[in-house]
Amino acid sequence: MNIEAVKAIYFAEMRRTRNTLLQSIASPVISTALYFVVFGSAIGSRIQSVDGVPYGLFIVPGLMMLSLLTQSISNASFGIFFPKFTGTIYEIMSAPISHFEIILGYVGAAATKSFIIGSIILVTAAFFVELRIAHPVWMMAFFLLTCVTFSLFGFIIGLWADNFEKLQLIPLLVITPLVFLGGSFYSVSMLPEFWQKVSLMNPVLYLISGFRWSFFEVSDVSVTTSLAMIVMFLVVCLTIVWWMFKTGYKIKP
Amino acid sequence: MENSAKTNTDTIADAIADTIIEIKGLGKTYSGGQVALNDINLDIREGEILALLGPNGAGKTTLISAICGLVSPTSGTVTVAGFDIKKDYRQTRELIGLVPQELTLGAFELVVNTVNLSRGLFGKKPDEQYIDSILEKLTLSDKKNAMVQQLSGGMKRRVLIAKALAHQPRILFLDEPTAGVDVELRKDMWALVEELRRDGVTIILTTHYIEEAEEIADRVGVINNGQLMLLEDKATLMQKMGNKQLVVELKDAIDEIPESLAHYKLGLSADGTKLTYHYDIKSERTGITGLLGDLGKAGLSFKDLATSQSSLEDIFVELVGAQS
Repeated sequence: MNIEAVKAIYFAEMRRTRNTLLQSIASPVISTALYFVVFGSAIGSRIQSVDGVPYGLFIVPGLMMLSLLTQSISNASFGIFFPKFTGTIYEIMSAPISHFEIILGYVGAAATKSFIIGSIILVTAAFFVELRIAHPVWMMAFFLLTCVTFSLFGFIIGLWADNFEKLQLIPLLVITPLVFLGGSFYSVSMLPEFWQKVSLMNPVLYLISGFRWSFFEVSDVSVTTSLAMIVMFLVVCLTIVWWMFKTGYKIKP
Repeated sequence: MENSAKTNTDTIADAIADTIIEIKGLGKTYSGGQVALNDINLDIREGEILALLGPNGAGKTTLISAICGLVSPTSGTVTVAGFDIKKDYRQTRELIGLVPQELTLGAFELVVNTVNLSRGLFGKKPDEQYIDSILEKLTLSDKKNAMVQQLSGGMKRRVLIAKALAHQPRILFLDEPTAGVDVELRKDMWALVEELRRDGVTIILTTHYIEEAEEIADRVGVINNGQLMLLEDKATLMQKMGNKQLVVELKDAIDEIPESLAHYKLGLSADGTKLTYHYDIKSERTGITGLLGDLGKAGLSFKDLATSQSSLEDIFVELVGAQS
């Protein structure tokens, strides 16, 4: 195990985050505060509660998931896309590092960053609502699993993308709609029956549902299903990334 | 007699032990069908400076990339210090430093950070003192905390060299190191190469500047169309292929070469004042005495004589020209 290399990649990536501190930390905080003002206060004041949870509080897990997913993907995808774009990836590819170590460095750094952002959002939320977490351990488990899994997913996008447009494509066209339609701001039970069935095909629904359960013990689907879904997604991502490195797809001519 | 036989065996044994990179039947065909390397066989000796010459697109960079793990070969094997580049990639890559042809550097990094990153990637613990010494040798000390994007092209090239040396490699690949580099950096670079060679580092450089190879290489390989066309000690090569020419400057211009001199296959300059004669220095009879005598007999008097030896460039042009 080339620990030095993993550390080198990890800290170089974290340094990159520090250099862009304002946009990486301030922007999620500002957007979360805005969501609280708009959904929590303005609209939320007209919605009394969802499943017995005050609306402002109800949206906290969904908001966190929204940020975790988008941030994990954009951090990790950019982290590996940029060296590909500038050509500095030659150094990674010619270094004595295994694929696993490369992933550990990049995905580890992206996941750490998401974790920090998620924590900041949680703290920010505490200023707006009276926060309560019913199952802190489960909350942490969902929190961490989401950071890692979607950083890995972002890493795959970064490897796959060969231009900036492709880099934006999946987050914009796939992830954002899935998060919004996955019940981040509402309970799926509020939808007409047909759309409830459609929603069950949305993997993000399971994430948000499970995460929300760890806060308030209310969920759209069972918590084990949620956990199984996220672990399954993690395995799928691991398989894809393993295959990409194994075949050198888009990495090695 | 016995002694010399023993010495001979030793030399051979040494030569084998001295091989640091062994390339056997290496081939690379890109997915589009383009053949970049075709059955390359090459032993690189420890501590030598090997110059790979060839026109653009000859396959030099692909060869280097294959050894460094940037390109997957389609056939053949490469071992570095006895380790297979695929199976034992950790061992082989640790030994190698690569300075790429393009100025590939992250824009928003500090010089010292990017050099430290390189050291870490190759599995070495941070060593500030060593990194400082590298930066000093490359006259980068005052740029240590500068942002990479603020540096000039020449400075970026120096940073790339510092990165390649950051993990104290035993083998250094320099891919077109002097492309777009000013005289000063070139001088610094060759001084550094000389120093590395003294420390026993094996250096492989690609270039299409023949003077470079002529100046510093121990051996020269010529690659064209993905094939290694020639590999020779520089001195042997120059001697083997170098023929000389004699230019005779005439007092009075002539319209055509006299019949009596036809068998010398002379060349006549456009203005009719210079005759050129090619001869082989190794042959017993160069024919110079005869030529000069015959010139006098033909009634031609001459003003000046000059001889010159063909350079690597002539050899190179001859080789590449012959193939295409």
